Amino acid sequence: MNGAPTAQRGAPPLRVQVKELARRSILRTIRQPAIIVPATIFPLILLAINSAGLDSATTLPGFPTDSYLTFALAFAFLQAGVFAVIGTGQNLAEDQVSGFWNRMQLTPIRPAALVAGQLAGTLALGLFQAATYITVGLIAGGHIQAGIPGALVLIALATLITLAFGSIGLIAGMRANTPENVQGLFPVVFVFLFMSSMAMPRNLIETDWFRTIATYNPVSYMIEGIRSLLIFGWDTEALALGFGCATVILVGALTVASLSIKGRMVRT
Amino acid sequence: MTDSPNGTSKTAPSLSRDNGIEAQGLVREFKGEIRAVDGIDFEVRPGEIYGFLGPNGAGKSTTVHMLTTLLPATAGSARVAGHDVATEGALVRDAIGAALQEAALDPQLSANEHIRLQGALHGMSKRERVARGEALLERVGLTDAAGRKVATYSGGMKRRLDLALALLHGPRVLFLDEPTTGLDIQSRTALWDEVAHLSRDEGVTVFLTTQYLEEADQLADRIGIIDRGKIAAEGTPAALKAEIGRPTVEVTPADEGERTRAAELLGPFGELVPASPNGAAVRLSDGSEELANIIRAFDQGGVGVANLELHAPSLNDVFLAKTGRSLEGAQAEAAQEGDTGEQPVLEGAPA
Repeated sequence: MNGAPTAQRGAPPLRVQVKELARRSILRTIRQPAIIVPATIFPLILLAINSAGLDSATTLPGFPTDSYLTFALAFAFLQAGVFAVIGTGQNLAEDQVSGFWNRMQLTPIRPAALVAGQLAGTLALGLFQAATYITVGLIAGGHIQAGIPGALVLIALATLITLAFGSIGLIAGMRANTPENVQGLFPVVFVFLFMSSMAMPRNLIETDWFRTIATYNPVSYMIEGIRSLLIFGWDTEALALGFGCATVILVGALTVASLSIKGRMVRT
Repeated sequence: MTDSPNGTSKTAPSLSRDNGIEAQGLVREFKGEIRAVDGIDFEVRPGEIYGFLGPNGAGKSTTVHMLTTLLPATAGSARVAGHDVATEGALVRDAIGAALQEAALDPQLSANEHIRLQGALHGMSKRERVARGEALLERVGLTDAAGRKVATYSGGMKRRLDLALALLHGPRVLFLDEPTTGLDIQSRTALWDEVAHLSRDEGVTVFLTTQYLEEADQLADRIGIIDRGKIAAEGTPAALKAEIGRPTVEVTPADEGERTRAAELLGPFGELVPASPNGAAVRLSDGSEELANIIRAFDQGGVGVANLELHAPSLNDVFLAKTGRSLEGAQAEAAQEGDTGEQPVLEGAPA
């Protein structure tokens, strides 16, 4: 056989590690319809139910649009984020349970490559979901006030949100130890999502405590950032808050996740 | 000269002195002051197959995790392939391959994709990993299945792929943690042949943990018997059995209630040793020629015999002699304690 190995090759460059782990993460994601289909379809089902059942809300004084579908479409992108938490966390927990984590630890892998690699599948799924929701939303009669450039910015914001939630999933995967435990987080994250301006603009929420929670909940600002592109066009403040909240969550969660992964890599 | 998948050649096996393993006073404690490994010392010579035999929960996997740098030792030291596992982890990992307890594979990836990922993470060039990957997959009989997802593989195929991946970067020392557990006899035999070939023809040092006596007996050049975190005995299979020396006779009385009487009748012929729950056993003082006298004693004593077996010394007898219990008994104990495997809890990991 040709190509006998040489001893002590040393660690490959970080970009090579990231590329190969990202490839694995994407392949793993796209080969599991059980992950892709519910994560994409469930938000669309909820969108259909909400836009059919709550359409009369558009007659409320101060409601920003006459299309509840357009209003509710923003929420679909955030639901994709919830699935990103669960999907990313489960994948990481499965790697630990199956021993694949140990297999990787026995190579000269760097923690940063692990983090980036794991998020690649989440990113791919996020892009697919964003494109799907925009397409379905437009076909169903929704509109994007900011036009085609707005659609691109929307995809960028949705992807950033998915990555931010995916990073929370990394933390969950490191702490929960088993995929089942990660799955148990689903209701918690979902409730957090609902306690926002997802169903009603904050200024129209009459219950004080709900409005207060929605005001402090960063999810509201991410939804409103997306919604601004759909309904108002170019709202710099809403976009800045949306991108800002997603970035803060991404950076914070990535930092914690990286420390957790580094701490778990106990190899000497 | 033929190159081998290990990266050595048949005419020049890599039997350099730094292919060995040394452990001195190795200890690993887990939370709750559980001492999984309790001060073990051993040495594995370059190119030999060292069988680490013990029941579930004995400390085998914890030892492997320490030697492969996946788990820091609480105390003691170890060197693998000439490198300190505590301070030269990267060099150790570069020199070793490991197939740990479960075949750690991604069910969504094919064998080829595993080869690509593993090779790239080890810094192998595309050309190198493709060539070696193809050769290794052919060698372990997975060429035809190389493009299929691992989810479709049998347990034996997964183990063989695990072994191929462990060998991909040309390790000088190979750790196999219970590689044949759960495999059918054909897959088991195929894996034994492969491991023997690696050691015999390529000079790879193999550290093999097992709970199968037959596996240790057939494969290992030397055996370390570990029980409750301590090494109870060490040596070649032949030497260990010779140490026990004398055969054992086990009698199962026809009437279960006469087990104590059976033990009384056996007593004069040697040293009573633990037996199956319905029987009594004695390690003969004067060898197997006492067999006729034993049958006569039972006949004269009026104790009917349902079964009588003469056992040549086995590794189980060695285990029994060294630990006071049979390997099967130890397995049952471990199972009762709910310890069906050894998955060390990593330091700092949440409970």
